[in-house]
Amino acid sequence: MLTQKDVWQALEQIKDPEIPVINIVEMGIVREVAINGTAVMVTMTPTFSGCPALNVMRNDILAQLRTLGVAQPSVNIVNAPAWSSDWITPEARAKLNAFGLAPPAIHGGDVNVILFDMPHCPRCGSADVILKNSFGTTLCRAMYVCNQCREPFEQFKGI
Amino acid sequence: MNAELTSTLDSRVLALADDELILAHRDSEWTGHAPMIEEDIALANIAQDELGHATLWYDILCDLRGQPDEHADQLVYFRDAADWRNAQLLELPIGDWAFTMLRQFLFDQFEWVLLPALAKSSHIAVAQAAAKVLREEIYHTRHSTAWVRRLGQGTAESHRRMQTALDVQWPLASQLFVPMLGDAALVAAGIWPDMAPLQQQWLAKVSEMLAECGLVAPATAATRISRHTHTEHLVNLLADMQSVARLDPQADW
Ligand SMILES: [Zn+2]
Repeated sequence: MLTQKDVWQALEQIKDPEIPVINIVEMGIVREVAINGTAVMVTMTPTFSGCPALNVMRNDILAQLRTLGVAQPSVNIVNAPAWSSDWITPEARAKLNAFGLAPPAIHGGDVNVILFDMPHCPRCGSADVILKNSFGTTLCRAMYVCNQCREPFEQFKGI
Repeated sequence: MNAELTSTLDSRVLALADDELILAHRDSEWTGHAPMIEEDIALANIAQDELGHATLWYDILCDLRGQPDEHADQLVYFRDAADWRNAQLLELPIGDWAFTMLRQFLFDQFEWVLLPALAKSSHIAVAQAAAKVLREEIYHTRHSTAWVRRLGQGTAESHRRMQTALDVQWPLASQLFVPMLGDAALVAAGIWPDMAPLQQQWLAKVSEMLAECGLVAPATAATRISRHTHTEHLVNLLADMQSVARLDPQADW
């Protein structure tokens, strides 16, 4: 008999397809797990609405549930409440930073924090950085250059 | 919801979905051609965002019609120009960089006034989609505003190009707010906001920016072009966008 814990632990094995150092649970993408006999339904929410990784993650979840022996796996995608980067756990933020991707500021919905709080350079820790582009290599990234160590870096965008 | 409300909401959601999709396609045409690499990346992202927003609205439309999500593919890839409901502003060819950035600005500002009102809709799915889209639009609005300012206040040449773009786009922009049959009932039910006051908000915001840049909106009589009419540019856009899907409708990709 599968427990909630079994399923959540299995889901923690699934990495974000675009950021292989963090898993989908610590990203705050998985909202709910419902177990009903041999059926398990995982409710998830997309980060950015145009995120192409959504289908990859859905298929990864289905595959993982089948590996657990779930006979009727399903994934329910919801848009509300809208995903917020504030939901990324502190552990995941540290992993993002170590990966070279500066984590977003906790903004609590404040647009000024989202747009104007500068990240620290994930390489040298300097706060002396400059925004080069609000858009990056994926929908969720912005590009910066560090004035201290002169290296470019990316930030996971606040949303 | 009664049949009349459902039918009007269907028209409203379709128009918004089509706006987002056609703009996404036009923006995507810059991929690989933008004046600098940062902007190539930015516009590709914005196009992908708008495509995501279109998907949210088409999904709501599918639910309203009791159709599976695949119905959206039918609408996008197998619908003829006469059945699209996007505003003409969005179907015009990309023109130069000033033209593309001004169009993006006018549309971003349209969404900026519409979405907060839609987020209060009594229709839960509409309200939820609007709230989600609004968060992502923060980045679009900042980007297009910065470009209108940069080009509008830039060199004589960049200013001239902005003004040329404005002369073409201004008479068409008001179509974004054009009334639709049955609007009053939707407004009364709290499902869709009254577009008239939103247009005034939009006008105030946009005019402020134009003044800051010394750009002059051409004096044109308020046009009431129905969303049922299109330019020949939409036909060409669809021929391009739909060609692969129509070549082999059964293909799995
Ligand atoms: Zn540094």
